[in-house]
Amino acid sequence: MLEKALSGDRRYWSWVVVLLAIIGVGFFYYLKQLHIGLGITGMSRDVSWGFYIAQFTFLVGVAASAVMVVLPYYLHNVKEFGKVTILGELLAVSAVTMCLLFIVVDLGQPQRMLNIVLHPTPHSILFWDMVVLNGYLLLNVVISRVSLLAERRGEAPPVWVQPVVYLSILWAISIHTVTAFIYSGLAARPFWLTAILAPRFLASAFSSGPALLILLCLILRRFSRFDAGEGAISKIALIVTYAMAVNVFFILMELFTAFYSEIPAHVEHFKYLFIGLEGHHRLVPWMWASVILAVVSLLLLVNPRTRRGKTTLTLACIGVFASIWIDKGLGMVVTGFVPNPLGEITEYWPTLPETLISVGIYALGALMVTAFYRIALAERGELGA
Amino acid sequence: MTVDRRGFFKLAGLTVLGLELPVLGAAQKPGKPLEEPLEGRRWGMVVDLAACHEHPECTRCIEACNHAHNVPRIPDRKHEIKWIWKEPFGHAFPSQGSRYLPEDLAEKPALLMCNHCDNPPCVRVCPTQATWKREDGVVMMDWHRCIGCRYCIAACPYGSRSFNWVDPRQYLKEPNPDFPTRTKGVVEKCNLCEERLAEGRVPACVEACPYGALHFGDLADPDSPVRRLLEERFAIRRKPGLGTEPQVFYLV
Amino acid sequence: MYDGGKILAGLVIFLVVVTAPVWWNLATGAEVRAPQLVLPQGQPGCVLPTQQMKADHMELLNRWRDMVVRRGDRVVTTWDGRTYRRSLTKTCLGCHTDKSSFCDRCHHYVTVTPYCWDCHLAPKGGAS
Repeated sequence: MLEKALSGDRRYWSWVVVLLAIIGVGFFYYLKQLHIGLGITGMSRDVSWGFYIAQFTFLVGVAASAVMVVLPYYLHNVKEFGKVTILGELLAVSAVTMCLLFIVVDLGQPQRMLNIVLHPTPHSILFWDMVVLNGYLLLNVVISRVSLLAERRGEAPPVWVQPVVYLSILWAISIHTVTAFIYSGLAARPFWLTAILAPRFLASAFSSGPALLILLCLILRRFSRFDAGEGAISKIALIVTYAMAVNVFFILMELFTAFYSEIPAHVEHFKYLFIGLEGHHRLVPWMWASVILAVVSLLLLVNPRTRRGKTTLTLACIGVFASIWIDKGLGMVVTGFVPNPLGEITEYWPTLPETLISVGIYALGALMVTAFYRIALAERGELGA
Repeated sequence: MTVDRRGFFKLAGLTVLGLELPVLGAAQKPGKPLEEPLEGRRWGMVVDLAACHEHPECTRCIEACNHAHNVPRIPDRKHEIKWIWKEPFGHAFPSQGSRYLPEDLAEKPALLMCNHCDNPPCVRVCPTQATWKREDGVVMMDWHRCIGCRYCIAACPYGSRSFNWVDPRQYLKEPNPDFPTRTKGVVEKCNLCEERLAEGRVPACVEACPYGALHFGDLADPDSPVRRLLEERFAIRRKPGLGTEPQVFYLV
Repeated sequence: MYDGGKILAGLVIFLVVVTAPVWWNLATGAEVRAPQLVLPQGQPGCVLPTQQMKADHMELLNRWRDMVVRRGDRVVTTWDGRTYRRSLTKTCLGCHTDKSSFCDRCHHYVTVTPYCWDCHLAPKGGAS
């Protein structure tokens, strides 16, 4: 099966080579980071988690979102999703791999990472995160491989894969819930210490992930003979609409509790994000951009005409994805540390090496998606462009 | 089964290690007898802020700790490492601040360090048990096991922990040979001088304070100096509402 | 067999490369000397017999590390009344005061770089 990813035209190989180059640059800077230490990032004593962990948090959501097409198809027989479940599962494999890579590059002593396995610590959420992420990776690798092999033989998948799929549905919910628990159980960080964090994570995951899936389907339609079908795309768009509406609603709930209670420990973080705090306002323009993107995208999605139109749907999906990426990938993690437990403010911005390492990991994920989708489409004979 | 010479010695060595019965016929190693460790069930500290405030320029405790433990002095504030340091009262005790604080408290700093909490959130979150609470109350660090995930830093409500963003040795001009340094990529914090407790000595900061502002003792012993101090004078702790049960008390 | 010539040629090249350390040293008459260690003077002896230390000092140090750091179990009294503290810096290096003429000799010979020295200080100038 894998050999299908090794044959392609100039366009394909140009794309692959570009990705490999970006990965190479990222790898080079990672070696530099191993040599000098995490000090080459923008993190500090006050903001001790930054871009890497934020990307991991965002991508767990994308990985979990496969469940939004798998669940309707397998549990409720929504036939339109038959062609796209494999795309969701393969996207999940790439996304979880990127998550694990972002965690590894964030570790100060990565060669000791097996200590989490050698000294299991059930009272640590990070331990469970390791378990659920690797489990989810394994599940999706097994499911996607078995499905593709069965398709190639023109048969139905073996019966034993059904319970594995059901398990992956439950597991998808768990990976993002456990990731939220990393944050929402810390008394030290009032910005994260909220019961709504896990529901927020899930709502934003189930809007950003399927939005990405729609964009990927549209790209595939442009570059291959694969067509997900109007039914599938319109149904996924509906899922994105409802999930995004819930996500925006949850954010408004957070804003109310913080600003109405006027408790400084809660208000300060939101002030930092949207107005600035004591002259520090690095994230303010980004957060307002996220708000505008969210509102505009939601309006485009709620209106059936603009949800159906290809251009408006594309714009809305890009808007949803970008809005949530800013919210989770820039705003959420750093703001937990601003101000610090002593009320002092240290701002954060990723440095160039940090950014290049992150882009390298994203390029690796893109390469995986490219190769996997190529294999899947080739198996189905839907490759030609 | 044949055992070769190397295998025999390996087996012999392991057996001896297991029984801890070393060398035959060697003379007693010369030198002073080993000191007895301090005995205690719940170590804690009391900081007399009033006494400390009478000498606001003094930093002897900080220097003693930094020297004893090779804590580097890093000019870039983002990468600084602090085990014990001074902080304005309003920062250390945000719930106690008001605009009507006595001038003395408002203007002079408090001395901060790891609180060696009874219910430490940092221990709860560590995925490798590189930090744990010892039976006698010290929240310990194992720098051999730490993977540098910095979850403990996120969990600490007091900002007591520091991460080695770069190699600390470049900032140590004259390291103290009696204590290791750390390396880049691990988290560190005040260790309540557990290596000194094992030799029967009080923490370096307590020993260094010339004004009796720092007190160390067994909180489980009602006759200990720290307990008697706490009976005589009112003490506050940092962020008591979080349920961490810090074991560092401040007399105001 | 198919491509028999190429396979045999490849195998021969492989064998030549893989045995190169042996025949090269024989051919160039390289002098291979066991490392000469400078032992401490006037000390009663190590914590274990030499052969055992040679074979097991790595395991010993790992055990000591966990006993001291994680269990606070520092003091050992031998059957003949010697007491010592388990400590790389104070006990081992208390006698073996010059790392470069002792520890490093064997480590360089077998190309081993233990990372202990990233943190643990050696007397006479510090890190490795």
